[in-house]
Amino acid sequence: MLNFIAAIGKRVLSTLSQIGGIFILLKATLFWVFIGPFIKKPISYRNIFQQMVFEGVNSLLIVFFVTFFTGIVLAMQSAYQLAQLGAEMYVASLVAVAMAREMGPVLAALVVAGRVGAAITAELGSMQVTEQVEALQTQALNPVRFLVVPRFIALMVMLPCLTILGVFAGMVGGYLMGVFSIGINSGVYIDITFKFLALKDIYTGLIKSVSFAMIIALIGCYMGLNAKGGAEGVGRATTVSVVTSFIMIILADCVLTGIFFFSQM
Amino acid sequence: MENREVVIEVKDLVKSFNGRVILNGINLKVYKGETLVIMGGSGCGKSTLLRNMIGTHRPDSGSIFIKGNDITKLNESEFDKIRKIYGMVFQDAALYDSMNVEENISLVLCEHTKLDPDIISIMVKMKLELVGLRGFEKFMPSQLSGGMRRRVGIARALAMDPELVFYDEPTAGLDPIIAGVIDKLILDLSKKLQITSVVVTHDMKSVFAIADRVVMLYDGKIIAEGEMSEIKNSEDPRIKQFITGSPEGPIQFLQSGDGYLDELTK
Ligand SMILES: Nc1ncnc2c1ncn2[C@@H]1O[C@H](COP(=O)(O)OP(=O)(O)OP(=O)(O)O)[C@@H](O)[C@H]1O
Ligand SMILES: [Mg+2]
Repeated sequence: MLNFIAAIGKRVLSTLSQIGGIFILLKATLFWVFIGPFIKKPISYRNIFQQMVFEGVNSLLIVFFVTFFTGIVLAMQSAYQLAQLGAEMYVASLVAVAMAREMGPVLAALVVAGRVGAAITAELGSMQVTEQVEALQTQALNPVRFLVVPRFIALMVMLPCLTILGVFAGMVGGYLMGVFSIGINSGVYIDITFKFLALKDIYTGLIKSVSFAMIIALIGCYMGLNAKGGAEGVGRATTVSVVTSFIMIILADCVLTGIFFFSQM
Repeated sequence: MENREVVIEVKDLVKSFNGRVILNGINLKVYKGETLVIMGGSGCGKSTLLRNMIGTHRPDSGSIFIKGNDITKLNESEFDKIRKIYGMVFQDAALYDSMNVEENISLVLCEHTKLDPDIISIMVKMKLELVGLRGFEKFMPSQLSGGMRRRVGIARALAMDPELVFYDEPTAGLDPIIAGVIDKLILDLSKKLQITSVVVTHDMKSVFAIADRVVMLYDGKIIAEGEMSEIKNSEDPRIKQFITGSPEGPIQFLQSGDGYLDELTK
C-alpha cells in the first residue's frame, strides 16, 4: 500500500518537473527567437528552411488525404441528419465551418504530431544519448538556439499553412460529395459555403493551429533533449512524446473552443 | 614547477549519481603547456571527472577553476567565453550525424568567427591534414570507421585553435600505428604550440609516450600524482599493478567468493 502511494507520489513529482521543464524550454526558445538574434548571429536560414521542407512540405500529402476524406464523411453524416429536416443544402456550411473551426486544425495537428513530433524526438533523442548535445554545449553552441529554435519556428509557420490547405481539401471533399452524390446544386453549394463561413471561423482555426504547433514542437524537443538510456530510451521518449502531444492537443482544443464559444468568437 | 601558470584547478570535487558517490574529493592542478594524463580502471569516473571539468555535468560540491574562473558559478554567457578556449574529444567521437565531416569541423568557425567561407574551408583542410584525413570532407559520419570518427573528433576539437584540449580515451580501439600517430599529434601540439592537454586513457603505451604528469584515480580519489618518472618507479602496489596490467594485486576485479555465492542463492 505504502509502495503504491510512493509510486503515485513519484509519478506526480516527475510529471510536475516535466511541466516545469517544458516551460523553461519555452522561455529559452522565446528568448532565442526574439532577443537572441540581436546579441548573437541569427540562426541560419538554411537550417530553418530545411526544417520547413521536412515538417511542412513533406506532410502535405498525408494532411490532404486525411482532411479530404474527413470532408466527405462530414458531408455524408450531416446530410443524413439534415435530410430529416429537408435542409440538405446546409451540408455546405456545416462542412465548411466544421472544417475551418475544428476538424482542419485538429486533424492537421494530430497528423503532424505523429509524423513530425515523433521525428523531432527521435532525432534530438539520439543526439542526446550519443553525446552530440554535450558536444554542441562544449563548442559554446546553445542546444536550444541550435536545435530547438529552427524546428519551433518552422512548425509555427508550417502548421497553420498545412491547416489552411487541409481545410480547403476538406471543403473540396464535402463539395464533391454534396454535388455529385447528395445532389445539391453546385452554385447553391458554393453560395451557402461562403455565406456562412465567416472570417472569424478561419482565424479561430488558425489560433488553434498555432497553439498546437507550439505544443508539438516543445513537447517533441523536450522529450528528445531529455532522452536517457541508449536506443531503447529514444524509442520510449518518442512514444511518450507522441502520446503527450495528442493528449495536450485535444485538451488545448477543448479549452480554446470553450474560450471562443463563450466569448462569442 | 610550482610557479608555472595554473590553467585548471579542481578543488574538493564531489560528484554522485543517484546516491552513488563516483568522485569523492578530487584535488587537481593542471599547468600551462603540460600534458596531464588521468589513469584509472574502467568505470572509476574518469569521463565523469572530465565532464565536470568541461561543465556539462555540475558537481555536487567543490569548485573548478579554469584560468581563474570558477566554472561552477558562471552563467551561460560567461561560460561560453571559456568554452571557446578549450576543445573536447569525446570517447565515442560524438560527431554531428546530420552533417558531413567538413561541416562538423567548420560549424564552430561559422558560428563564432566572421571568417570568409574560403578561409574556413582552408582551415578545415589543415585540421584534417593534421589527423591524416584530408580528402574525406564530404563523408558523413556514418560512412567512417570508428577510428576515423575519433580522428575527425580530434580535428573538430582543434577547429578553434584552443589553448586547452581534453581527450577522452583518444587511442582506445585504434590500431597501434594510428594510436602512435595520435600520440605524436598530442605531443606535437603541446610541445610546438604550448597547448595544454588533459588526456584520459588507460593505454599504458600512450601514457609513457605523452605524459608529463600522471594522476591515478581509484575509488573516487586520486591515489597518486606525479611526474611520469615518479609514477614509473612508484612502490605503490596499486600503481604497479595498473602499469603491469596484472589481475593479481590490491585492485580487485573479481568479487570475493562468499558474497557472490550469497547473491546467487538468494
Ligand atoms: N549519467 C549517469 N548516470 C548515472 N550513473 C553514471 C552516469 N554517468 C556515469 N555514471 C556512473 O559513474 C561511473 C563512472 O563512469 P565514467 O563514465 O566516468 O567511467 P570511466 O572511468 O570513464 O570508465 P571508462 O574507462 O570505461 O570510460 C560508472 O560507474 C557509471 O555507472
Ligand atoms: Mg570513460
